[in-house]
Amino acid sequence: MDLNLTPSEKEFRDEFRAWLGENVPAEWAGGGAGSEDRAEYVEYLRAWQRKLYDGGWAGISWPKEFGGRGATLVEQAVFQEELARAGAPQLIGTIGLSLVGPTIIALGTEEQKARYLPKILSGEEIWCQGFSEPNAGSDVAALGTKAVRDGEEFVVNGQKIWTSFAQMADWCLLLVRTDSEAPKHKGLTCLLADMRAEGVNVRPLRQMSGDSGFNEVFFSNVRIGASQVLGEVNKGWTTAITALMNERANLGSGIQVVFKRQLEALIARSKTIERDGRPASEDLLVRQKLAQAYLELEILRLNTNRALTTMSKSAVPGAEGSLQKLYWSEMNQRTQQAAQEILGPYGQLKGFDKGTWEYAYLRTRGNTIEAGTSEIQRNIIAERVLGLPKSY
Amino acid sequence: MDFDLSKPQKLLKESARALLARECGVGRVRELMETETAHDEGLWRALAEQGWTGLSVPEGQGGLGLGLVEMAAVAEEMGRACLPGAFLSTLFASALVERAGSEEQRAKYLEPVAAGELKATVALLEEGASWDADTVKLRATRDGGGFTLYGRKLFVPDAGVADLIVCVARDGDSLVLMPVGRGAEGLSVEATPSMDATRKLYEVTFEGVSVAGSEALGADGDARGALRGALEVATAVLCAEMVGGMQWILDTTVEYAKTRQQFGRPIGSFQAVQHMCADMLLMTESARSAAYYAAWALTEHDPAARAAVSVAKAYCSDAYREVANRGVQVHGGIGFTWEHDLQLYYKRSKSSETLFGDATFHRERIARLVVDEG
Repeated sequence: MDLNLTPSEKEFRDEFRAWLGENVPAEWAGGGAGSEDRAEYVEYLRAWQRKLYDGGWAGISWPKEFGGRGATLVEQAVFQEELARAGAPQLIGTIGLSLVGPTIIALGTEEQKARYLPKILSGEEIWCQGFSEPNAGSDVAALGTKAVRDGEEFVVNGQKIWTSFAQMADWCLLLVRTDSEAPKHKGLTCLLADMRAEGVNVRPLRQMSGDSGFNEVFFSNVRIGASQVLGEVNKGWTTAITALMNERANLGSGIQVVFKRQLEALIARSKTIERDGRPASEDLLVRQKLAQAYLELEILRLNTNRALTTMSKSAVPGAEGSLQKLYWSEMNQRTQQAAQEILGPYGQLKGFDKGTWEYAYLRTRGNTIEAGTSEIQRNIIAERVLGLPKSY
Repeated sequence: MDFDLSKPQKLLKESARALLARECGVGRVRELMETETAHDEGLWRALAEQGWTGLSVPEGQGGLGLGLVEMAAVAEEMGRACLPGAFLSTLFASALVERAGSEEQRAKYLEPVAAGELKATVALLEEGASWDADTVKLRATRDGGGFTLYGRKLFVPDAGVADLIVCVARDGDSLVLMPVGRGAEGLSVEATPSMDATRKLYEVTFEGVSVAGSEALGADGDARGALRGALEVATAVLCAEMVGGMQWILDTTVEYAKTRQQFGRPIGSFQAVQHMCADMLLMTESARSAAYYAAWALTEHDPAARAAVSVAKAYCSDAYREVANRGVQVHGGIGFTWEHDLQLYYKRSKSSETLFGDATFHRERIARLVVDEG
C-alpha cells in the first residue's frame, strides 16, 4: 500500500498543473446558476475544450493512436482533480469523450474511427446518448424506438427522453429496436445518428431546477445509413453495455473535486452568516454538519482511489462504478440539505451567491435518478457483488 | 498510487485469520466473555508467538517494527473474530510509552510487551467521560522527588488484567503520565460490568499511589503530544478492528439471505433485503477505505493524518452500528437471540463506537481542522 503518486504520476500532474496555470480561462461571467444552457455559455465551453485539445489534453484515456495519451486510471483521476483544483470549466464533450469515443474505439469500423474520433476530441462535435424512453427507464432494454431496414438505410421512428446535451448535440449514440420478434435484449442495434437530420426534433424538458439540461428527442422517419451501425445489427445491447461500462468506469474523480469546491464555499459562507448573533461556523450543530459533509466527501475520495487500484489490477470495470454512483449521489443530496440547514432561508434565494445553493439543492434531487437510480445500483450491487438471487 | 495491501501484508492478514479461527473461535469468545477479565493466557501466548504483541513495537525493543498498515491488517482479523481481552489496550499503552518514555523506560516496558509478558492499559477518562485530555483533573501531587496520585478513573478497559496502568494525571497546567504497576499500594480496580462483555471496563481508584519521579513518563515535557499521538494510533487500529466486525456481519448476513426461505424463495431475492445488504457492503468498504488510509497516513507521518484518523473514527462509529443494525434486521427474530453470534458484534459495535471518542467527538475535531484552521 502506497498512496503517494509514483514519480511518473507526479510528473504527469506537474505538467498538467503547469499547463492549466497558463490556460484556464476566466470564470464565465455570463450569469448565475441555471443559465448553463445559454448559447454563449456553450460557446465558452467549446472554446475551452478546443484549448485542451490543442494542448494535447483532451481524451487522455484514449490510446495514443486515436489522439489520446493512453493515460492510466490514476493519471485520469489526477487529471480530473487538477481540473477541479484549477477551477477549470466543465468539459462539454463529456459524453463523447468518456462514453461514445471509447465505444467507437472498441467496436467501430476504421471509417467510423477516422470520421468521428478527432472531432470528439476537439469538441467540434458534441454527442448525446439516446437510450432512455418514456416506457424504458430503468428497464432500458424494453425500448420501443424502431429502425426498419430500407435498402442501405434504416428508417427510425420513436422517442427518446432524459437526453442530456441533445439541445446542442451534433450526434447521438442511438439505441433502437431492429427486431421486434427477438427477446428484448436481442433485437437492439446501436446507431450513430445525425442530430441535424430531417425528422429529428428536440424538445427541451425543463427540470425542477429551472434549466433544461435534458430533452425529449423525437424521431420521425429519420433515415440513417447502414454504415452508421456501431457494432453489429441486433447486437446493440453489447454496444450499449460497453458504453455504460465506460461511463461507470469514470468513477467520479472529477465530480469529487466539484464537491470539494462547493464544500469550501459552504465553509467560507458559514463564517460570514450569523446564527444566534455569532458566525454560524462557531455553532456546534453547524460544525457537526460541516464536519459530516467533509468526512463523507473524504471517503468518496478514498473510495475512488481504492476503486482505481482495483480496476487497474483487474483491467475490467466491475461493479465499483455502481458503488461509487450510489455513494456520491446520496452524499451530494445530504450535503446540499446540510447547506440549506446552515444557510437557513438565504439558501433558497436566487439572489444569494448567484443562486448557487438554491440551484444545487434542486439539481442534486436528480442525482439519485439519472444514470441509473439508486435502486438499480443497489440491485446491481446485491446481485453482481454479493451474489444474491435475482429479484426480476 | 497503490491503495491495496501488498503481498506480504495480505499474507500476514491471511495468517491472522487462520490463527484466530483456530485459537479464538466464537465458542471460545463466548467462554471468555463469561470470565472476569476475558483474558486467556494461552491465546495471549499464541498472539505473542506470532510477534503480534510487538508488531508495531520498534525492533530495538524486541518488536517487529512494522507499520500501522500491517497492524491494521491484523486488527481487522481480530475484529472479525471479536477477539476478547487486552490487545488494543496494550497497544495503546505501548504507543504511549514509545512516544513518552526514555530509552530505559521503553526497554523496561516494551520488551516484555513484545514478548507477551506484559499487558497494559491507559487510564484517561474521569467522571466527565471526555476523550479530550485537557479535561483530566486527577492530580499528581509533587511529593519530594516523586508524585502521589489521588483520584478516580472510569471506563478503563482491561484494567483487571493489566500489569501496568498508565494514569494520565495533571501536574499544575501540564499533563503527566504515571506508570502504576498491578497491586501498587493505594490502587484499587473494580469491574464495571457493561454491554460488551468481550471488552471489560473498570473503575480505577488511586488513593495515595506513589510514583517515583524517575518513573514518570514524558518528564521532558511533551506528555500531551505523546498522548495525542498514541491515541491516534490506537484509534486507527480500532477502526481497522471495526471494519473486521462489519465484514463478519456482512458475510454472515448475506449467507443467511441466500439460504433462508420465505414465501418459497430465498429472502435475498427480495429487493428490500437486497438493498439493506448493498448498503451494508457500501458502509463496510467505505469504512475500510477510511481505516486503512488513517493507518497509512500515520505511518507516513503525513500532515493529513490527524484529520484522517478523525474521519475514520467518525465514519466507522456510525457505520459499524448501522451495519450491525441491518444485520440483525435481515436475520429477523433469530438475530435478536442470545444464541446467535450477531449479538457479540452488535454489542462490540456499541462499545467501539464510544471508545476513543464517538462520531460527534471526532466531527468536532474535524471541524477544528477544516473549519477553524481551513
